[in-house]
Amino acid sequence: MKVVVDMNKCQDHGQCVFAAPDVFRMDDDGRLAYVPDPDDALRAEVEEAADVCPLQAIRIED
Amino acid sequence: MGARIVVAGASMGGLRAAEQLRAAGWTGAVTVVGAEPHMPYNRPPLSKEVLAGKAPFASLAFTPKASVADVDWRLGTGVTSARLADRVVVLEDGTELPFDGLVVATGMRPRRLRCPGPLAGRHTVRTIADAQGLRDELTRPGVRVVVVGAGFIGCEVAATAVALGAAEVTVVDPLPLPMVGPLGELLATALLRRHEERGVRFALGAGVAGFEGEDRVTGVVLDDGTVLAADVVVESVGSVANTEWLDGNGLDLSDGVLTDEQLRVGGLPYVVAVGDVARFPNARYDGVARRVEHWSIPTDTARHAAKALVAHLTGVDAGLAPFAPLPTFWSDQHEFRLQSFGAPGLGKGDVRVLDGDPGADVLVGYHRDGSLVGVVALGGQAAVGAAARYRSELLKQPALTAQGIPT
Repeated sequence: MKVVVDMNKCQDHGQCVFAAPDVFRMDDDGRLAYVPDPDDALRAEVEEAADVCPLQAIRIED
Repeated sequence: MGARIVVAGASMGGLRAAEQLRAAGWTGAVTVVGAEPHMPYNRPPLSKEVLAGKAPFASLAFTPKASVADVDWRLGTGVTSARLADRVVVLEDGTELPFDGLVVATGMRPRRLRCPGPLAGRHTVRTIADAQGLRDELTRPGVRVVVVGAGFIGCEVAATAVALGAAEVTVVDPLPLPMVGPLGELLATALLRRHEERGVRFALGAGVAGFEGEDRVTGVVLDDGTVLAADVVVESVGSVANTEWLDGNGLDLSDGVLTDEQLRVGGLPYVVAVGDVARFPNARYDGVARRVEHWSIPTDTARHAAKALVAHLTGVDAGLAPFAPLPTFWSDQHEFRLQSFGAPGLGKGDVRVLDGDPGADVLVGYHRDGSLVGVVALGGQAAVGAAARYRSELLKQPALTAQGIPT
């Protein structure tokens, strides 16, 4: 699974971190960092992360 | 003909409902009916980035999941009535749509002020068309703006208007502080100071008696007789539930659509409600049914309601626990953010500063019977991050029972 975050849209709300902590995290500066190619077993939580992103900045590409 | 679920409402709640019906295993037909001509889009930027011109309107469109590629979208024609016992909804164009299951997702519309005066120049912010019209007027040089209502949308629009270079921005509200309903006095006072420092004026404790102007609005008359000169007025005075189409079915429609703890409507297991139109009890708190207009609610309600509906229609016992979402909201105003987790509104009688101070970044806790029920951060990224650390604590709490919280 390939995850793409539009960092021009991202405003560091961090909602994705709650939904998919194995894939998204906030770094020490409070900016979003993420795993771009997570295991397919994490699909459900990554989909939830995409759903709850206030800026709808997360895209899942198969 | 095979089984069909009709989703009435094609905004975020309708889209999430369609997606979650598929996720819950529904393989029958899904028809989504919407009054607006657009595919579902994201509304929060309408008062912020998009209104400010920092993001194009096209950026608002949701990307539907592949699972809803075969959904039948009926856009630009709302539902006008329903006969729930017969399992039929009627559309604006006269079409009668039979259904096996129905999702009520018709949302809210802005409440309008009824006082006398011209309509031209007066705006609301709910749809793309609203925001386009308002943006055209806010970007005129030297514009004087009066925002009626100091809630989420009013405060956000005021901040955006200042950033766009409006000559004057004044927020009017009958309450003594902005956003005091959801936030309580401590944070609302801090919010007022921040807005004033950035050039927003306030006329608080004041109601609107009428509007001046012939063909279009030129001023706002307050109830003490003061007139605020205005080229543009934004009315952000709450919202009205789109439930008229459900009249005549014996439902409790006194404030949105009343649901049970599984989001079912009127005791009918084949009708559920999602989004801000649903008035549901939250088992995490006191069990009192409330509508919640936060952005997280369409997604949360759709997930639960879809499971309940599909379980009923397929004859499976889903064994669902009562719906118990953790509410969350945010609001971006000027360069700062408000971020909330939990239910601060239930704990406004016992507000404590958990970190920082109200003049800078601050984190505030709201308590009921000594227990933390909500946190709100005001400030920059550090404060918001601090709020997030309390989220797991709020989630871990056992659901509060009716005897724990007096209603």
